[in-house]
Amino acid sequence: MASATPTQAPETKPSFVEESLYEVHQKVHPRAVSGIFATWRWALVWFTQLIFYGMCWLPWNGRQAVLFDLVERKFYIFGLVFWPQDVIFLAILLIISAYSLFLFTAVGGRLWCGYACPQTVYTEIFTWIEQKIEGERNARIKLDAAPMSARKLWLRSAKYGSWILLAFWTGFTFVGYFTPIKTLWTSLWSFSLGPWETFWMLFYGAFTYLFAGHMREQVCKHMCPYARFQGVMFDPDTLTITYDTERGEPRGARKKGVEPQSIAKGDCVDCGICVQVCPTGIDIRKGLQYECIGCAACIDACDQVMVKMDYPKGLIRYSTEHAIEAHWGWKEIISHVVRLRVIIYSAILGAICVAFVWGIATKPTLRVDVIRDRATLAREVEGGLIENVYRLHVINVSETPHRYAVSVSGLQGMDMVGDRIIEVPAAGARSFAVQVRAPSDSGKKGSNQIFFDVKSLADEKVAVHEKASFLQP
Amino acid sequence: MSDFVSGFWNYYVISIVLASVIGCAVLLWIQDSAKHVEGETTGHVWDEDLQEFSNPLPNWWRWLYYITIVFSLFYLAMYPGLGTYQGQFGWSSTGQYDGEMKKADDQYGPIFKKFQSQDIRAVAVNSEAKEMGQRLFLTYCSQCHGSDAKGASGFPNLTDNDWLFGGTPEQIKETLQKGRDAMMPAKGVKPDLNGDQIKDIAGYVRSLSGLATDSIRAQRGKDLFAEACSACHGPEGKGMVGVAPNLADKIWLYSSSENSIIETITKGRVNRMPAYGEFLGEAKVHLLTAYVYGLGGGQTDAPAAAPAAAPAGAAPAEKK
Repeated sequence: MASATPTQAPETKPSFVEESLYEVHQKVHPRAVSGIFATWRWALVWFTQLIFYGMCWLPWNGRQAVLFDLVERKFYIFGLVFWPQDVIFLAILLIISAYSLFLFTAVGGRLWCGYACPQTVYTEIFTWIEQKIEGERNARIKLDAAPMSARKLWLRSAKYGSWILLAFWTGFTFVGYFTPIKTLWTSLWSFSLGPWETFWMLFYGAFTYLFAGHMREQVCKHMCPYARFQGVMFDPDTLTITYDTERGEPRGARKKGVEPQSIAKGDCVDCGICVQVCPTGIDIRKGLQYECIGCAACIDACDQVMVKMDYPKGLIRYSTEHAIEAHWGWKEIISHVVRLRVIIYSAILGAICVAFVWGIATKPTLRVDVIRDRATLAREVEGGLIENVYRLHVINVSETPHRYAVSVSGLQGMDMVGDRIIEVPAAGARSFAVQVRAPSDSGKKGSNQIFFDVKSLADEKVAVHEKASFLQP
Repeated sequence: MSDFVSGFWNYYVISIVLASVIGCAVLLWIQDSAKHVEGETTGHVWDEDLQEFSNPLPNWWRWLYYITIVFSLFYLAMYPGLGTYQGQFGWSSTGQYDGEMKKADDQYGPIFKKFQSQDIRAVAVNSEAKEMGQRLFLTYCSQCHGSDAKGASGFPNLTDNDWLFGGTPEQIKETLQKGRDAMMPAKGVKPDLNGDQIKDIAGYVRSLSGLATDSIRAQRGKDLFAEACSACHGPEGKGMVGVAPNLADKIWLYSSSENSIIETITKGRVNRMPAYGEFLGEAKVHLLTAYVYGLGGGQTDAPAAAPAAAPAGAAPAEKK
């Protein structure tokens, strides 16, 4: 790969070719694979999709357990209700996601891409459907090359039909997290879906079909930003999918039972199965590539061949750059997992997780905003008292109605005019006008700090001590 | 509707827009292949050994580009973008605003209409109307009159029964629709009052409301009051609807302190309630009238010039 040196003879001019900047997409037909990592991948498919398709059907307290009610601006997650004021938790959740991504990418490479990413998960499901209908890899390649026939039409219709059904169900489930899914179900069959619900179902469903059915690895290769920056999250101690070049080369076919050293070959029998199972269509033997999504299908495939040849497993395995260079065993690899970068990510992640859990556990069920009347700075009322007017905006976050006692403190001789017991409905807010009076010689001229105490009658612990200011002219 | 005075700018914009869009298409078309050294790489070398593979993009990238160009031409035909051309859909931001206003009118109009046909007294006790009225009040009136409508220095308390311009529903509505201008001339009808005399009158006025004052001053002030003030405020200071406030009650628009009264007499007062008829429209004025009337203190019968009618239905002690 070196450039032409000046000592080259001048008459060997490099020849130029004109190449198109674009190429027709060659469809990738991944071969079916089974093994430890394939089992892990399918376990995650089941786990994530059971949650996604199932959780929206769970009831809680007479409503859907997980519901993001955008119209009412409340997010329900089981017993927790999040109001717009709680958006900080969403921000923290995103930070937690980011740091955990950095952490396990630094440790194990593209674990997200290969095992948990929805693109991988849905592509796996759609590919499984394709395999069940159209057959194994060779059968599918033949079918693609064959001219249209009754059989091909039938197979294609069955495949696209199943994909469309699953994609629509996915879109329906997605919308079911924003509109209660049971009402959505009845609306669906009575053709009374709202326009936006219909739009989002079709939109989400259409893109599931497009990305999982047709685009597949194109998303990973050309569209996903994570694919592009995962390279900077690796270091020489990151576990990545590695082909042991030293052990495998030179590659070549041989009969079973022949010792590789005797024919001056490495362990790689050049079966090409690692290339056939790859969902992105790369050859891992060329080294770690940016298209590799870390799904470990090639590891499972090669291990099976090694077992058949009576060679030790692990010709393609999870290993690190340092480990390959220095021929480390697992002990050294593991001891290098705990390094500065990993420690820092873990510490930050741990701290933020603790803060997150603590924040949610101590989320107040009562919020009080005191809005002082601005224009009526301070007015004189009978008896020579000075009066300030406030509006208390009381938000009852809990899901039961509450009655609260209101009182005020902070200045000598203060008194409050207005309702002392207020009632706020469940998950609602009410605004109350309150006048506070004090003698004109109480406190100092100008602003004085006072406090409003709002306590729930049912539960003493639900209380807010909110500060406000009282103006003396 | 163009702000430009010359038609040149219209064509300037059109040519730039079209040149850009068509230029992009042309660029895509002529730049869809590249020459490079035979082999896997492009032939360029940076920093001694950094090279670049020649990896073509998938075809669908190119098709997406072309689709966006076609879409942009379609968009420019349908929406404004080519200079002053309005577009086939005839969209404009004022048009969108009008559409939204019409939608709101269609939605809220029937609710307003329902109350507009009812008498103010009936509307004042309707709970839905009260809530609407409160929201309107908080939006339009509370900045001066306070969020509890109890006023502030210089802004009347709307919950009491003291109405300078009358408290019947019709009078309240007129106040809202046309506004009010109130003016107290400095020193009343006797411009040659001096400081000491003003102090006397102030003392007398305070005594009318039962507030502490120097009785000698108050006695002198009584005579001066008859000369200077009773033309508008009445012989006993009880005021006249539409002319002058009642000075003999406990309600003070400005402070009840002696200094404040002296200032009122010395400098006079000018106060104005803006007209809301055109700004709010009939329906909202109707609701607000009912709300204010329902706050308490509103009068039920026709305005009587005699201030004796003012306390009708309400004791001098107010609701506070």
